[in-house]
Amino acid sequence: MSVVSDTVRVAQPGSAIGQSVRDSLVVAQRNLIRMSRIPEMVIFGLIQPIMFVVLFSYVFGGSMTIAGSNNPDRYREFLMAGIFAQTVTFATAGAGAGIADDMHKGLIDRFRSLPMARGAVLTGRTLADLVQTALTLLVLAVVALLVGWRTHTSVGEVLGAFGLLLLAGYAFTWIGALIGLSVRTPEAATSGGLIWLFPVTFVSNAFVDTGQMTPWLRHVADWNPFSATVQACRELFGNPGVSQSDAWPMQHPVWASLIYSIAIIVIFRTLAVRKYRSATA
Amino acid sequence: MPGAIYAEGLVKTFGDVRALDGVDFDVPEGTVLGLLGPNGAGKTTAVRCLTTLLRPDRGKAIVAGIDVLKNPNEVRRSIGLSGQFAAVDEYLTGRENLQMVGRLYQMKAKDAKVRAGELLEQFNLADAADRPAKTYSGGMRRRLDLAAALVVSPPVMFMDEPTTGLDPRNRQQLWEVIKRLVSGGTTLLLTTQYLEEADHLAHDICVVDHGRVIARGTSDQLKARTGGERVEVVVHEREHIATASEVLRGFGKGETTVEEHTRKLTMPVTGGAKLLAEVIRELDTRGIEIDDIGLRRPTLDDVFISLTGHLAETEAEENGGVQDAKGRKTKAKQEPVQDKDKDKDKAKKEAAS
Repeated sequence: MSVVSDTVRVAQPGSAIGQSVRDSLVVAQRNLIRMSRIPEMVIFGLIQPIMFVVLFSYVFGGSMTIAGSNNPDRYREFLMAGIFAQTVTFATAGAGAGIADDMHKGLIDRFRSLPMARGAVLTGRTLADLVQTALTLLVLAVVALLVGWRTHTSVGEVLGAFGLLLLAGYAFTWIGALIGLSVRTPEAATSGGLIWLFPVTFVSNAFVDTGQMTPWLRHVADWNPFSATVQACRELFGNPGVSQSDAWPMQHPVWASLIYSIAIIVIFRTLAVRKYRSATA
Repeated sequence: MPGAIYAEGLVKTFGDVRALDGVDFDVPEGTVLGLLGPNGAGKTTAVRCLTTLLRPDRGKAIVAGIDVLKNPNEVRRSIGLSGQFAAVDEYLTGRENLQMVGRLYQMKAKDAKVRAGELLEQFNLADAADRPAKTYSGGMRRRLDLAAALVVSPPVMFMDEPTTGLDPRNRQQLWEVIKRLVSGGTTLLLTTQYLEEADHLAHDICVVDHGRVIARGTSDQLKARTGGERVEVVVHEREHIATASEVLRGFGKGETTVEEHTRKLTMPVTGGAKLLAEVIRELDTRGIEIDDIGLRRPTLDDVFISLTGHLAETEAEENGGVQDAKGRKTKAKQEPVQDKDKDKDKAKKEAAS
């Protein structure tokens, strides 16, 4: 019995881009298998936004004034774009924790010693998170429809809104990737990936009408990248409560959301891949 | 013409810790070099520099004929690394783990699948192949990790403390695997703090301490530097220590050392087994009951002490390790120890592993 096999040769890679795509997909597949074996993670990921839907719509619903009306049904329609957007950003924590865990377990060292594309470990992880985000959004949309959320626009516009949400979620997982590479434990990545999301998602138009905020806070909320995605979704869903602010991102939310998301991907992907190359477990 | 693994003047500092302070070695093709040293000696840092995980501040490294600093990705095609942790995805099955690694070595999906099957068979993991690695024992995980490092049968292998944390039976098994591997022509660099392990597996040994190679040679050469054999006696009754000491003096070539609390006497001797028999007879004649007696040849432990003036496990206490009678660190608690290390200052941790 020989441990060494003569038949095995490392294939010369084709184009760099082809290799990068292939390696990323291999890693994405690995992460998806992993997720499917830890279903409780996926389920907890679903419980939280569903809880938010129920809590916000029934607890706050009656006391919120949206576009001059305090009808709870109107608030429920207003709320959903905010919940959807908040949910996709929470994927940040999952990506961060997953990558921190890989560092901790020595897997990143193994990957870094393999002749694979440099960004593939992170891209694979973020792609797997994207799939999970899409599933979460699907379930959440069904729950939203059950509590009375409706869209009032074309299928194309609705799908466009979900597309923007997925892109924003994907962008945020790159922030998570950088956090995961920068902390020492998976636990730190989970909390580090979450805490800053609370101010980001609450100092925004997600849950309240920014018109009622103090001027400086409103200014922050209007320019918050997160608000742009929420505003774009409201507009594309035809839901009430679209902000009348004359800040540029509120006037052109679809463009703003696209630009913000792409900028986040470019910046944080660059930083995360650089960090990965020198990562030390 | 440098060997399959060649390092010259490697220097790496973390903050003000000099983890590597000018390390040189040259490992001829098909041989095993053991890097032997305590925690913090710089063994892991050396492996990380040679496997492209870490860029040395200074020095030259050539692996499989390829310059590590200039062509890291070329080097990655020719090496296998089995690190201090069993770096496998515990939620993936053994088979999935190996297939993934194969794909990332740029094998075709079909080839990766065939190869995974072969390796699972060879490493005695076929029965567990389709169970998540989470359910594996420590020994099985190590074997899977090693299998992953061998997916492409790389000509050069690096193993960083491959048997740390394993029980004696699993350690023996892994040694067998490593020996087979080397007999197949693989060049191996192995780090260990088990002196016995280096003795067993390595053709050449570099003793490393504080980032420097303080001695090198074969196991026999190193032992020869330390000197000869000695008789060790453990007497049953404390009162007999004085008499036994007197007896030993009659046979010995130097000072008897006495450990009162363990009732152990040690005496350097020449004359081997024949002399031992005489010592036993004499002790018996004097009516001294003995618990243990033996002729000890120098171990690499002795080599280490004589070279460095301290045991190989100076940091055992800091790391919460337990020392057994021979001063060898008990490894049962290794995993939590490593976890604790993670929380320490990163630079220090890096230097210390």
